[in-house]
Amino acid sequence: MSLVKLQGIRKSYGSNEVLKGIDLTVNEGQVVALIGRSGSGKSTLLRTINGLEEINGGALEVDGEMLRPGHTNLRALRMKVGMVFQQFNLFPHLSAIENVMLAPVVVKKQNKAEAREVAAACLAKVGLADKEKSYPDQLSGGQQQRVAIARALAMQPRVLLCDEITSALDPELVNEVLNVVRKLAEEGMTLILVTHEMRFARDVCDNLVFMHGGKIREQGEPEQLFAAPATAELSQFVGSVAFH
Amino acid sequence: MAYSFDFSAVFDYSDVLLQGILMTVQLTAVGTVFGVGLGIVGAAVMTSRSRILRVIVSAYVELIRNTPFLVQLFFIFFGLPALGFRLSAWEAASLAMVINLGAYSTEIIRAGIEATPKGQIEAGLSLGMNRVQVFRHIIISPAMQRIWPALSSQIVIVMLGSAVCSQIAAEELTYAANFIQSRNFRAFESYFVTTILYLALAIALRFVLKMVGNHMFKRRSHA
Amino acid sequence: MLSFTFWDILSNLLLAARWTVLLSLIAFVCGGVVGLLVLLARVSRSAVLRKLSGYYIEAFQGTPLLMQLFLIFFGLPLVGIEVTAWLAAVLALTLFTSAFLAEIWRGCVEAVPRGQWEASESLGMTYFEQMRHVVLPQALRISIPPTVGFSVQVIKGTALTSIIGFVEVTRAGTMITNATFQPFLVYGLVALIYFVLCFPLSFYAKRLERRLHVAR
Repeated sequence: MSLVKLQGIRKSYGSNEVLKGIDLTVNEGQVVALIGRSGSGKSTLLRTINGLEEINGGALEVDGEMLRPGHTNLRALRMKVGMVFQQFNLFPHLSAIENVMLAPVVVKKQNKAEAREVAAACLAKVGLADKEKSYPDQLSGGQQQRVAIARALAMQPRVLLCDEITSALDPELVNEVLNVVRKLAEEGMTLILVTHEMRFARDVCDNLVFMHGGKIREQGEPEQLFAAPATAELSQFVGSVAFH
Repeated sequence: MAYSFDFSAVFDYSDVLLQGILMTVQLTAVGTVFGVGLGIVGAAVMTSRSRILRVIVSAYVELIRNTPFLVQLFFIFFGLPALGFRLSAWEAASLAMVINLGAYSTEIIRAGIEATPKGQIEAGLSLGMNRVQVFRHIIISPAMQRIWPALSSQIVIVMLGSAVCSQIAAEELTYAANFIQSRNFRAFESYFVTTILYLALAIALRFVLKMVGNHMFKRRSHA
Repeated sequence: MLSFTFWDILSNLLLAARWTVLLSLIAFVCGGVVGLLVLLARVSRSAVLRKLSGYYIEAFQGTPLLMQLFLIFFGLPLVGIEVTAWLAAVLALTLFTSAFLAEIWRGCVEAVPRGQWEASESLGMTYFEQMRHVVLPQALRISIPPTVGFSVQVIKGTALTSIIGFVEVTRAGTMITNATFQPFLVYGLVALIYFVLCFPLSFYAKRLERRLHVAR
């Protein structure tokens, strides 16, 4: 059944329209990657699903929560949609476990003991049970990003958005983060990723969405999409990215 | 004719000096606690989305920052009674300190808040926090840490500035010096000793603020 | 009894404000000159000079301006120099200004990246050539906003000279208050005059600073 449903999403910065009517459905348990050149609108699209970018037209529905232009029940939406950022955005004044606990305590009003238990479990899940007390600047980039994933998971979102989460990492740290994402996918988490890791996208995703010029140009299963691009833009894009 | 200095004439009044020091410390403490509190509120407003509130607060900040503390003090102590607010010298001095430091710390803390990386705020929002929660849990603590040195300097400046409170007969350290020199007719010695005391107070205050900062922003045991 | 109209009060205050402006200008210019010397000592290669100038700055930044005024006003006569309130005011404000400007400017000199020193040294420049042609020109650019900003502190500082009896605008305000018993109006006007003098400078300093940030 469909969990995330976008209908005719439009977004402009001044006179520059960056999303020109996006329709997209993501089913529960699906793993979807948005691919395309920089400037194609894929990051903007991802950010609209969390309400970080206000939409100018269309409608967005996540697990029954509706969002329309001007209509802003962002809090309810954000409780269901977790987000992981390229730059981690951990809170520097809080330890790893405090980072993970903060939103459950503040937003969901969980009591601290309970939140701590959940947070510890989330950190264990991303392989950082031993780093609970570390502060962000004591962690490697890969570890920070895994804490950020744990932080999003602690809110028990229905869908997790990942915005180029390995782009700011040194190459040798990329895999530890991707492995966590792979594990989440195997457990049936609904994921929407913006990524440049084409091999990962091909191996893990059920569906690829190719964006170009603020529109979805093609979508489908990875093998099929890469093997037989229907548009010139996609074949050009496929030709330009390395499968490392 | 050579002047012979006589500092013992000052130390005869060491109890008066001590009393003055205590009052200066107290005045500074009140000014700091409430002034910085006012500054946090002011900075929150300055970075809020309400245009009207922003205009009001920036008018307050600019008015205070562009007039002398002495005049603010006179206005509060001599001028306000005309409106029916009659304050004791002590109350007027405390109020002036709070209002003065409040304006400066609003400006300093605002700068700290504005230096918050945008991603921090987005991360908080994406977790479902509202703007107030984001401010309270994510923005303010690192912002205060960022500007603590600048705020500390301003607190020292305000402490030294409190010397003029003697002019409305608030009985702080300079008032003590005025009193002593009116008794022993040793103006230079009295003010010299007082100056050294202020210097010591400034150094001590800087140290205390540093300790407070270390304690407030301490977080790690370096495991 | 003499009665003062609003215009009497305002014109008397404005006449006195001329002294505030004049005192501020002299203190700022003289303080700038002395401050430059202190700065050169503060960033010189001689450890002794650096230390001495450091103490000088600390002495003025760590004590109240009012005490500095008192010490000069009451201290110089003890060594045989008769000082008027005017002279004591000029002297104290000059020294006060020089210490603060030297410290502000030191920050600007130190903000010039280390690599600039190394690059100019590798070209065979002497310390003074490096200073003169490479470091100071860059430091000068970033020093303008905080220097303009500090001029506001000088203007406000002149208010304290009223306490040793120099008749500038604050002193005039007190005298007029004593004659008119209208402290709310008079001190309100005094504050307004300071604001009119200071606000354009603060505003300008802020704009310069913003422009500098954009340029960088």
